[in-house]
Amino acid sequence: MVVGAEPVVQARGIVKIFGQHRALDGVDFSVRPGEVHALLGENGAGKSTLIKILTGAYQPDGGEVILDGAAVRFSDPLDAQRHGIGTVYQEVNLLPNRSVAENLFLGHQPTRFGIVQRRVIEARARELLAGYGLEIDVRAELGSYSVAVQQIVAIARAVELSGKVLVLDEPTASLDRNEVAKMFEVVARLKARGLGIIFITHFLDQVFEIADRVTILRNGKLIGTKALSEVTATDVVRMMLGKDLAFDHGGVGVAEAVQGPVRVEFKSLGRQGKVAPFSLALHEGEVVGVAGLLGSGRTEMARLMFGVDSADGGEISVGGKVVSIRNPAQAVAAGFGFCPEDRKLDGIFGELSVRENIIIALQAKLGWFRALNRDEQNEIAGSYAEALDIRAADYEMPVKLLSGGNQQKAILARWLAIDPNFLILDEPTRGIDVGAHAEIVRTINRLREEGLALLVISSELDEVVAYSNRIVVMRDRAMVAELSGADIAPSVIVAAIAENQGGRA
Amino acid sequence: MNRALRPLVATTAIFALAYLAAVVQFPAMFSTRVMGNFLTDNAFLGIAAVGMTFVIISGGIDLSVGAVIGFTTVLNAVLIMWLGLHPLLAFAISLGVAAAFGAVMGAAIHYLKVPSFIVTLAGMFLARGGASVLSPDSIGIKHELYTTISKSYILLPGGGRLTVIGMIMLLVFAFGIVLAHRTRFGSYVYALGGSEVSAGLMGVPVARTTILIYTLSATLAGLAGIVFSLYTSAGYSLSALGVELDAIAAVVIGGTLLTGGYGFIAGTFIGVMLQGLVQTYIVFDGTLSSWWTKIVIGGLLFLFILLQRLVFSAAAPRRKVFWKT
Repeated sequence: MVVGAEPVVQARGIVKIFGQHRALDGVDFSVRPGEVHALLGENGAGKSTLIKILTGAYQPDGGEVILDGAAVRFSDPLDAQRHGIGTVYQEVNLLPNRSVAENLFLGHQPTRFGIVQRRVIEARARELLAGYGLEIDVRAELGSYSVAVQQIVAIARAVELSGKVLVLDEPTASLDRNEVAKMFEVVARLKARGLGIIFITHFLDQVFEIADRVTILRNGKLIGTKALSEVTATDVVRMMLGKDLAFDHGGVGVAEAVQGPVRVEFKSLGRQGKVAPFSLALHEGEVVGVAGLLGSGRTEMARLMFGVDSADGGEISVGGKVVSIRNPAQAVAAGFGFCPEDRKLDGIFGELSVRENIIIALQAKLGWFRALNRDEQNEIAGSYAEALDIRAADYEMPVKLLSGGNQQKAILARWLAIDPNFLILDEPTRGIDVGAHAEIVRTINRLREEGLALLVISSELDEVVAYSNRIVVMRDRAMVAELSGADIAPSVIVAAIAENQGGRA
Repeated sequence: MNRALRPLVATTAIFALAYLAAVVQFPAMFSTRVMGNFLTDNAFLGIAAVGMTFVIISGGIDLSVGAVIGFTTVLNAVLIMWLGLHPLLAFAISLGVAAAFGAVMGAAIHYLKVPSFIVTLAGMFLARGGASVLSPDSIGIKHELYTTISKSYILLPGGGRLTVIGMIMLLVFAFGIVLAHRTRFGSYVYALGGSEVSAGLMGVPVARTTILIYTLSATLAGLAGIVFSLYTSAGYSLSALGVELDAIAAVVIGGTLLTGGYGFIAGTFIGVMLQGLVQTYIVFDGTLSSWWTKIVIGGLLFLFILLQRLVFSAAAPRRKVFWKT
C-alpha cells in the first residue's frame, strides 16, 4: 500500500441541510494520495451528497473542504476539476456522437490559427489510452464502444484534466466480470501513480478487492472509517445496516403461530438479469420481511410481483387460483398494492389533494364508468385517513405539502381503499423522520392483525425484526435464505447477507 | 464506414443518379450554364441552409430564417432607396440587425429554457411583421453597385457564368465546413447536439455556444436576404416565404440528423443542389407544374427520415477492443 501521510483532499465536519432534513451531519472524510477509499452506505445515507460537495455540485452548509492543506470552495464541478478533482459517473457523461479523441480533449483541443489540430489530438489520444492498456481507433464514435471502454475514456479525461483525486461513482454497475477486472487494472495503475481515488459502489466484494480504506455513512452520519485489513464483510454490513449497535436481542420477532391459509403464492418467478427465480408463499395475517443490500435484487423482486416488470418464468396464484400478472393493472385487479421505494417519483401525485391521492387506485380499479361521486370520495378518503391517522390540515391540500410520514400513510390508505389481498411496501420508512418510523411499524403490525398479507422491504434491520413473521434475504439478485423463529435477529441477517461477500471475511 | 456518413453517401448517390437520368433525357442539362444557374438561383437558400445546419446539429431548429431574409430585403431597400445610404453601409447595418436578432433568440432559448421551436416561431412573426410595417409594398432597388454586381461573373468554360452571388454561397459553404469540422466552436455545436448535460459537465460554454449558433444562423439569413435583394433588385416583405422549410429540407436530405449531434455542411450543399436539380428539370420538361418540386422534395424528405431511422436506431455496432495485458 503506497499511502502518503497527508491526505490530498479532506472534508471536515460537513453539514448539508435540505429543507428540514439533515442530509449530512458533521461528516469527516479524507483521501490520501495513492489510496483507494471506498464510500459505502444504503440509499439516502448521504454518499452522493458528500460526493457532490467534494466535487463542487453542492455547497456545504457547515464544515470545510481542504485540498492540499488549504480550505477551498468550488463553485461548480468544472471548478473542482480545475483544482484537481475529477469525477466519473455511472452513466458516462461524455458524447457518444463524437470521436474518442474529441471526447478526451473537448474544450482543450490544441489549435493553430483557430483551426483544431486533429492529428495532434489523435496522436495524443492514442498515447494517453495506451497508458491505460487500451488500443482503439480514436477516430471512431465513442458510442460505438462498450460501456467499459467509455468508462475508461471518461477516467482518462478526468485524470488528464484534474490529476489529484478521482471520484468513481458506481463505475462497475453495468460492467460484466471481465470488464470489472479491466477497470480494476486501470484503478491500480492510477493508484500507483499516486492519485487519491474515491470509489463508490454497493458491491462489497469489489470493495474488498480494490480498496484500502472504507468509510461508511448511514442516515447522513459518519459511522466509521476503517482500513479494510482490519474488518470483515460482516463488520461492514453491520455498520451499514445496524442501528447504533443495540445488537443481538434475538427473539423480538413476532410469534409465528398466527398464520392463516396461503393468500398469495409465487412459484419460480424470475427475470433474466434482474432476479433469479424465487418461490415464496404468503399467508393471511403474515408479514414477510425482505433484507439485503442495495442492488441485491429486493426492489426488482417487488417489481416482478406487481407486474411492473414482466417475469420470464414462473406463476402467481392468489387464493389457490393461478392468475396472470403482466402489468400493474392486472396486479391491482388481483388485489395487490405496491408502495414503491421512491415515494416522490413513483408514489404520490404531489399536486393532487390528499383525497385524490387516496381514491385514485380504487377509482382506477372501478374503471371509467363507475365514477365515485364527491361524497363517496370524501367518505372513503376521510375514513382511511382517520384510520391511519394522516395529519393534514385539510384533505383538500396538495399531498406534497405533507410530511414524509404522512405522505407514506396516504399511499398506504390508497391501497387499503381497494381492500387488498396483498400489500408490498418497499422501504416504507425511508426519508421519514425517526418519530414517524414507530408509527409506520405500528401500522404494519395492525394490518397484519387484520389478516392482510404483507411483504416489506427494508434496510432498517431493527424494524424488519420487529414486524416480520419470516424474513427472506436477498444477495446478488437471488433469494439466499429464509429465516423464521429465533433466527429473526439482526446478527443472523447480517451473517446471511455477508456470507461469501469479500474473500477476507 | 462511419454510420453518420451513410445518409450523406446516399444523398450524393441519389443526386448523381438523378442528374445522370436528367442528362440522359435532356443532354443540354449537362453544361456549365445549367450548373452556374444552379448556384445563382439557389444562392440565398444555400446560405440560409448553412446556418440552419449548425442549428439542427446543435439539436435546435430555426423557423425565423425566411422571415429574416424577407425583413433584410426590405431593410436594405429602405436604407438604400429612402435614406440614400450606400449599399455597403446598408449591408453592414442589415447584417448587424440580423445578428442582434439571432443573439436575442439564442439568449431567450438558453436563459428562459424555452424550446427553440417556440422562440424562433415568435422571431418569425416579429421579423415578418416588422418587414410589413417598414413597407407593405415591394421597393425596387436602383443603384450602380447593384447593377455592377449583377453584371459581374466569371465565365466558365462552356459558357456558364459563376456570378458574384453564386461565389458568395460557395464561400459561405467553405466557411461553414471549416467552422463545423475544424474549430472548437464546431465541436461545441456537435457536443450540444449529443447531450447538453454532458457538454456542460465537460466544460463546453453552453450559453455562449447557444447564443452564437442562433446569431450565426440569423446573420447568414441576413446575408441570404442581401443576396436575395441583389438577385431580385428589390425589397419585399413577403419574399422568401417558407424558405426556412426549404432550408430544413435541404439540411435533412443532406444527411443531418433532425435530433442533432450528426451532420455535414457539405451534405446540405448537395441537399440544396438536389432541390435546384428538380426545379431545373421541371423547367426543361416544360409541361410539369413547378409544384412538382415540392412533391419530389416531400418524397425525398420522407425517404431520408426513414433512412436515418434505419441507420441510427439499429444498435450501435460494438467495435473490437484490443486490451493490452
